[in-house]
Amino acid sequence: MLRISFFDPPPQKQYNAREPAGFPFLYSLHREQRGGIPLNLHAYQSKRIFGQYGIPVPKGEVATTRVLVDPAANIAKEIYLGAVLDRANRRVVLMASSEGGIDIEEVAAKTPEKIIKVAVHPFLGLRDHQARILADGIGIPRELVKDFIQIAKSLYTVFASVDANLAEINPLVITGDNKLMALDGKISVDDNALFRHPEIAELRDVEEEDPSEREARRYDLSYIHLDGEIGCMVNGAGLAMATMDIIKLYGGEPANFLDIGGGAQSEKVAAALRIILSDPRVKAVLINIFGGITRCDEVARGVLAAVSTLEKRVPFVVRLVGTNEEEGRRILAEANMITATSLADAAQKAVAAAKGEIQA
Amino acid sequence: MSILVDKYTRLVVQGITGREGAFHTKQMIDYGTNVVAGVTPGKGGEWVFDTVPVFETVKEAVDATGANTSIIYVPARFAADAIIEAADAGVDLVVCITEGLPVLDMVQVRAYLDTTNTRLIGPNCPGLITPGAAKVGIIPGHILTPGNVGVVSRSGTLTYEVVYALTARGIGQSTAVGIGGDPINGTSFLDVLRMFQEDPATEQVIMIGEIGGTDEQKAAAFIKEKMTKPVTAFIAGQTAPPGRRMGHAGAIISGGEGTAAEKMAALKDAGARVARHPDEIAEIVASNLK
Repeated sequence: MLRISFFDPPPQKQYNAREPAGFPFLYSLHREQRGGIPLNLHAYQSKRIFGQYGIPVPKGEVATTRVLVDPAANIAKEIYLGAVLDRANRRVVLMASSEGGIDIEEVAAKTPEKIIKVAVHPFLGLRDHQARILADGIGIPRELVKDFIQIAKSLYTVFASVDANLAEINPLVITGDNKLMALDGKISVDDNALFRHPEIAELRDVEEEDPSEREARRYDLSYIHLDGEIGCMVNGAGLAMATMDIIKLYGGEPANFLDIGGGAQSEKVAAALRIILSDPRVKAVLINIFGGITRCDEVARGVLAAVSTLEKRVPFVVRLVGTNEEEGRRILAEANMITATSLADAAQKAVAAAKGEIQA
Repeated sequence: MSILVDKYTRLVVQGITGREGAFHTKQMIDYGTNVVAGVTPGKGGEWVFDTVPVFETVKEAVDATGANTSIIYVPARFAADAIIEAADAGVDLVVCITEGLPVLDMVQVRAYLDTTNTRLIGPNCPGLITPGAAKVGIIPGHILTPGNVGVVSRSGTLTYEVVYALTARGIGQSTAVGIGGDPINGTSFLDVLRMFQEDPATEQVIMIGEIGGTDEQKAAAFIKEKMTKPVTAFIAGQTAPPGRRMGHAGAIISGGEGTAAEKMAALKDAGARVARHPDEIAEIVASNLK
């Protein structure tokens, strides 16, 4: 995500439309008074929306596909109110701060005493007295406490009903005429719970995702694009992370995180290799497979079948350990691949291969 | 001796007739695990591999067979209920292999289990194994050998790697426990370390953690204050970018919290020997034996 300021905002009357599907980004005009409008924007967003609403494309490298336009508000005070999962305590926590309108993580780091928290028991939900603790802790005026409790309870209800990881109102403002008003909000939903929220799953905008990560999801591969030159194909998330780490330890940079999961279907392996090699920076590929119930010779045949369909050629370093490892290694050695026995050996060879110091 | 599972384990398999459930049931039986029952709603009265009776509910299975441990292979959307059903049926230990449980389901499950005497391992884990006695889960049995090293890990394949390297050096294991990669799970590093510390058969412990959360830091505090057995630790994700989920739902650095560096520092400070990469783990363990 990029945080970008827009300058020279156009007059409000030019964009009176309220985009009905205006989720998840909010173009909050009230921040004009600060001389700029910070928006959280994603690197892969397009610029078309601004043209559609007659809004001049702002300065800087920015665009989004969806914009919600709201009337400017008269703000007396800005508050933060958020619900988030506290994994250490295994509870949803409601947090409030009198320091609204800014990044709450910054408040948490610099002035943690300005954040008031209450933990919600999952069988009880957020109770009135807990919301009152928040209101009292951040100095909500007496006459607004009842409204604040209602808002806090609604926020928790929303959080629980959509399976959120995070639901926040920032800022929640006290207006000039002494009312509470939610001006900006953000909800992040648990991917694992999307099966029971098909209407939310439909909101996924694949245009805003890294193309290679989008392709990986089609094949049910867990892939994250990074900046290095050594592509990694690994089974298991922990082993995939450890493989990235050891590449770095020996002076290389991993080009990706990739967990191909269990089983050795050659179609999946081929897709994984295609995605890795679609990154022009990749100079070598490290394949690190632990064969448990999966047999190494099957994996080797899958890799072989996949490689034969690839156009781009870079050195492959392969480490196969576990069930039938010798047979697997023999198959790949015949295919002119660099083989390795230990993880350290594999990483050192991959780093050397990426530098052109060794060849298959 | 060992922890959690042994030759007295009487296992009921929830989701026994599914593809995964059936495959791994066979593997567990072949390993010598005492699989006494299976549960699949709608298939009660059937038999699996001609030897394991299938029941409609866990309660029925427990009543008929005296099962004391359950393993779950049901799809994620049914898994939370399966865990609670097993606890209600009174089993001592529930192992949930299923990956992809909604995290708010786990908030409820943990809150409920805290009112019972049932322990949960997982979800999103490979299960656990006491070499030569019982395998409850999907850890490949042939890579282990009985011995005195306890292994506890958030990662499946990293566990296999390390166990394999130990076995190759002739170093056996007391019990290997995969606690799973989710942000909220049933059993923490701290819980397992405490059991290993008390287990006479365990002489030293390997702990394999990763980025995300503070479970490793809590374990470090226990190691510092209570642990007399040597601990060798490894943390995966030293190069993981913040804010991205690295495969496991729980493997994410958020708000600057849960980095590999802070976990490694806490463990070092606690007196654990921290390996830089997985190959070093078995080396360190071997050096402790000299």
